[in-house]
Amino acid sequence: MTRFFRSRLVWPMGALVALVLLNTISRPSFLSISVKNGQLYGSIIDILRDSAPLMLVALGMTLVIATRGIDLSVGAVMAISGAVALQFISKSTSPNRVGTVLIAIGIGVFITLLLGLWNGFLVAVVGIQPIIATLVLMLGGRGIALLITGGFITTITSSPYAQMAQGHLLGLPLAFFFSVGAIAIVGLLVRRTALGVLTESVGINPSASRLAGVRSRGIIWSIYGISGLLAGLAGILYSSNIMAADSNNAGFLIELDAILAVVLGGTSLRGGKFTLSGTVIGVFIIQTLTSTITFLGVPPAVTPVFKALVVILVCLSQSSRVRQYLGRIRHLRAAKPPIRLSGLETEVLAERKSG
Amino acid sequence: MRNTNTMDATSTGAIKSGMRRKMKARLSWIPVLAALAILILMLIAGQVHFGSFVTPAMLSSLLVDNAYLVVLAAGMTFVILTGGIDLSVGSVMAFTGMLSAKLLSVGVPVALVIPLMLIAGALFGTMIGVLIHFFDVQPFIASLAGMFLARGLCFVVSLEAIQVKDPFVLGLESARLGYGDWYITPTGIIALIVIAIAAWVLAYTRFGRTVYAIGGNEQSARLMGLAVARSKILVYVVSGVCAGIAGLIFTSYTAAGYSLNGIGTELDTIAAVVIGGTLLTGGSGYMVGSLIGVFVYGVIKTAITYLGADASWERISIGILLLAFVVVQRFIVARANRN
Amino acid sequence: MAVDGEPVLEVTAANLRFAGEFALDAVNFRMFAGEVHSLMGENGAGKSTLIRALTGDLHLDSGKIRFYGHPLEFPNPAAAQRAGISTVYQEIDVLPNLTVAENIMLGREPRRWGFIDWKQMRVAATEALSALGVDIDPASRLSSHRLATHQMVAIARAISADVKVLVLDEPTSSLDQDEVAELFRVIRELKARGVAILFVSHFLEQVYEICDRITVLRNGKLVGEYLTPQLLRIDLVQKMLGSDANRFDILNAKQSPPIERDGRTVIVRARGIARRGRLPATNVEVFEGELLGFAGLLGSGRTELARLLVGVESIDAGELTIDGVRRRLRKPRQALHIGLAYSSENRRSEGIIPELTLRENINLALQAERGWLRRISHHRQTELTASWIEALDIRPTNPEGLARHLSGGNQQKLILARLMALAPRLIALDEPTRGIDIGAKIEIQHLITDLVDAGLTVIFISAELEEVLRVAHRIVVLRDRQIVATVNPNVATIEMLLSLVAKAEDDE
Repeated sequence: MTRFFRSRLVWPMGALVALVLLNTISRPSFLSISVKNGQLYGSIIDILRDSAPLMLVALGMTLVIATRGIDLSVGAVMAISGAVALQFISKSTSPNRVGTVLIAIGIGVFITLLLGLWNGFLVAVVGIQPIIATLVLMLGGRGIALLITGGFITTITSSPYAQMAQGHLLGLPLAFFFSVGAIAIVGLLVRRTALGVLTESVGINPSASRLAGVRSRGIIWSIYGISGLLAGLAGILYSSNIMAADSNNAGFLIELDAILAVVLGGTSLRGGKFTLSGTVIGVFIIQTLTSTITFLGVPPAVTPVFKALVVILVCLSQSSRVRQYLGRIRHLRAAKPPIRLSGLETEVLAERKSG
Repeated sequence: MRNTNTMDATSTGAIKSGMRRKMKARLSWIPVLAALAILILMLIAGQVHFGSFVTPAMLSSLLVDNAYLVVLAAGMTFVILTGGIDLSVGSVMAFTGMLSAKLLSVGVPVALVIPLMLIAGALFGTMIGVLIHFFDVQPFIASLAGMFLARGLCFVVSLEAIQVKDPFVLGLESARLGYGDWYITPTGIIALIVIAIAAWVLAYTRFGRTVYAIGGNEQSARLMGLAVARSKILVYVVSGVCAGIAGLIFTSYTAAGYSLNGIGTELDTIAAVVIGGTLLTGGSGYMVGSLIGVFVYGVIKTAITYLGADASWERISIGILLLAFVVVQRFIVARANRN
Repeated sequence: MAVDGEPVLEVTAANLRFAGEFALDAVNFRMFAGEVHSLMGENGAGKSTLIRALTGDLHLDSGKIRFYGHPLEFPNPAAAQRAGISTVYQEIDVLPNLTVAENIMLGREPRRWGFIDWKQMRVAATEALSALGVDIDPASRLSSHRLATHQMVAIARAISADVKVLVLDEPTSSLDQDEVAELFRVIRELKARGVAILFVSHFLEQVYEICDRITVLRNGKLVGEYLTPQLLRIDLVQKMLGSDANRFDILNAKQSPPIERDGRTVIVRARGIARRGRLPATNVEVFEGELLGFAGLLGSGRTELARLLVGVESIDAGELTIDGVRRRLRKPRQALHIGLAYSSENRRSEGIIPELTLRENINLALQAERGWLRRISHHRQTELTASWIEALDIRPTNPEGLARHLSGGNQQKLILARLMALAPRLIALDEPTRGIDIGAKIEIQHLITDLVDAGLTVIFISAELEEVLRVAHRIVVLRDRQIVATVNPNVATIEMLLSLVAKAEDDE
């Protein structure tokens, strides 16, 4: 039981359950699922479908954050992959052929893989701070996407392409299978190879990892590549949903949602230990939160306020000062003398000492 | 024999180290000079290419059209000098603008509205600073929370744009003092005053020097007995107040408060400051550099309009410039560390 | 020389723990006006901790600090500075990105109408510098000057205030002889003015030249306070390193006798290897199957030499031959690949991965060697982990426990297991027994000798001479970053080692 409560997934899981409960109480139809034409419909199904792009991006972000890094460029990268794929299809003579669509996706994703590797190069080889290294592409990326589409929003009609985000399989939205597939592949990649543990080792203690012979440069490099690739796929899904390459809005601010999902899931921004299942829960929390806010009649534009509150709460719960304060309360209960404090600086020092 | 060798080695070493010292003394100005050189080169290239690019009107509009960015960059420079980052400025600017439009529309006197805008900005800054310093939240995340909060609150104030009719606020932009084709608006004057005060504070107050000290080495600054905690929070308050002033300028510029104003402005601001030669790791940089950085940004924008090129080039060129400057800075820091 | 009367600064029964371990254990210490007092001790003795506690940078768990007889504790270094206690910390606490004048004056800079008066500031800074005999432009950036100047600037800052107590933690580490002489002249001047000075240095001859009184700490405990003229240099070193010979009786005499050098294979041969700022050109050989001890004080170059020999840091000059092949090792990974391993003296920062499990920690190096694609199967990992946990007796034995929960000795074993899993030919152990309790210490010594019996070559670094003497087949003695002797432990005595380690550099 204690072990269960100590698990890092308890809090995110609890938050998700609470959100779902809140929704169900205020709107009993929330959990209901209806069947039309052999396909499932309902709020839950919507959440599963709509969360797919964020899921892909957040999985990559989890790995990047585990290396003590951050990838701000994911939104811009999404815009680029969508632009590349749609531009290819729109120029193609046979936009409805599956082969065309597959090639388009292949090119789009390959280019974003290269962009991810470019980020990795800046971070691991040139040694630029991750925030700044990825900021470059974040700033420039949307411009590149706009150039690819010639400054317009490229729209296409291609039924195989539309299927990805809008189609169904076994009654469930196809996009959901993309999420599941990505979770499974990334999960296998990090836990069935040694990539996960080596990433954690580099993220926790770079100098000890160096002494143990870990190739941290190569690892960091490939992680950014993976993040780029996943963001590229997310961009394909996004563009498939609207059947247009909207370079300005594709993946807009998604980097922030992805970071939030990772943090909510219990992976520390200081790098090291990561949990993919936590991130998955984090993504669902964000998606459910968005849907809840919409339902409660709050304009969706106000959503950031709630996200801000969540960020602040999560950060406070991770803060050593708050933990120390809680710990002190426990100590006081155990009738220990309180720590003498005089002024703010002393507190800071006391914290440093114990840290 | 051995002795002569040693003598030789030492004396050449001394000459070399003397030269190196002179080089290094100017090292911190090199990025600023590089930005200035790029600015001048761009102006010359524009003049050559377009025939009449560098005109008094164009140079005047460079300041006036980017006045809000100058003010934001002034605040951001403080933050980056301490080694922090403030992602909230664009949203806070939008929020204070929104707030002012709303308050003015319900009849609150302008003399009250403007101080309220500054206070609102300061409050956001305080929140971010406290999160960073006392709760050990990374600046990126803390200011991200500030960004979300301000953006969301914009929509709480109003979902639609609110027009501003207050003559004073509008006058800040429409009033023009000019000489020939040269002109300046009160917003431009405000921007110049802000940058001048900021430069003065950085150079001549203990707070300003503490900002540099924190960016150099926070632990050392603390051991020197400087007010690290207070200064670290204060830079975010300064940045917040600057965002408030920028909100005023932007409102008078667009004659409206709109919730979607200033999206991505934080990135433009950071780019301008970095292009202006301030090290992102903190501790080195100058206010005048940030001003130049904003002008570089402004010239790129103008040139792209002149070219009739796609607006997307604006972002791409900023990205490329940012990359170039960051790599150069990285090189400088690496050299400094080696010695 | 000793001044009678009340101490200026006094601390009694000081206790301070970090993470449950005593950093200071009932330490008493006092300083008198007009006296230079030296605090001596090896790594982890508690010198820096005591200094930081005295100057308000750390707070004691218990114990009393008295300043001119009044009990008080400074909330922060700034308060201590205001009261007249100035400190030059070991890690030079200057700001290279600011000007020299600011580094000296910031915090009490002259102001006019609330704004910094730069002109006055430069004048005041020039005065402070000229008192030290330093002539540099106060308006120049500090980063444009040499490291020694940084140190002089830090000292200028410390003495430019109205100073009553001056704490100098390793102030001479980057100064040349003339600069040291200049510093000593200033110290004597301040002493004549009645300033109480705390001087910490690992240069013994400097301590004997300038200090009136010496307090020795070892492992966070007070060994004693002595007047310099009454304490022989060799006794001082003995007190610093510990002389509790009895406790090693538990360790049996060496299983294998020291081996004759002739006819043995050389694993590593270093010819003139050097690295700028770390170690001047040095020659040394490591023979196959030997347990080579490095003896020397802190700062003697013992760590630097080991790190260069096993490729943790790359050499800028000289030649490193491994198994007869000349190598240029740039990364630990390359060294590990040819069978050279290194275990750092900093177990926490360069050893364990605290948030990973024992299993993950033990398999880390092996996994890194295989590359991320070829993961060691979970089954194999568990097997390997279990065998190492058993072989090295790591406790607690749970392979899924986190490394950070282990005690110091067990962390050391964990690192040893990680490296041994690679089956290296040579392993350099930098202070593997530091800061761990006596039982674990002996256990690790046994482990090391067993490994050597099994054919491993070991470089063993320790600050405890008895330990080196007992364990090693051959001892390289370092002093002032130079090898001063190579000793056969069968004929050497503690006294001999002590005199080699302690001898002043100028009476060679």
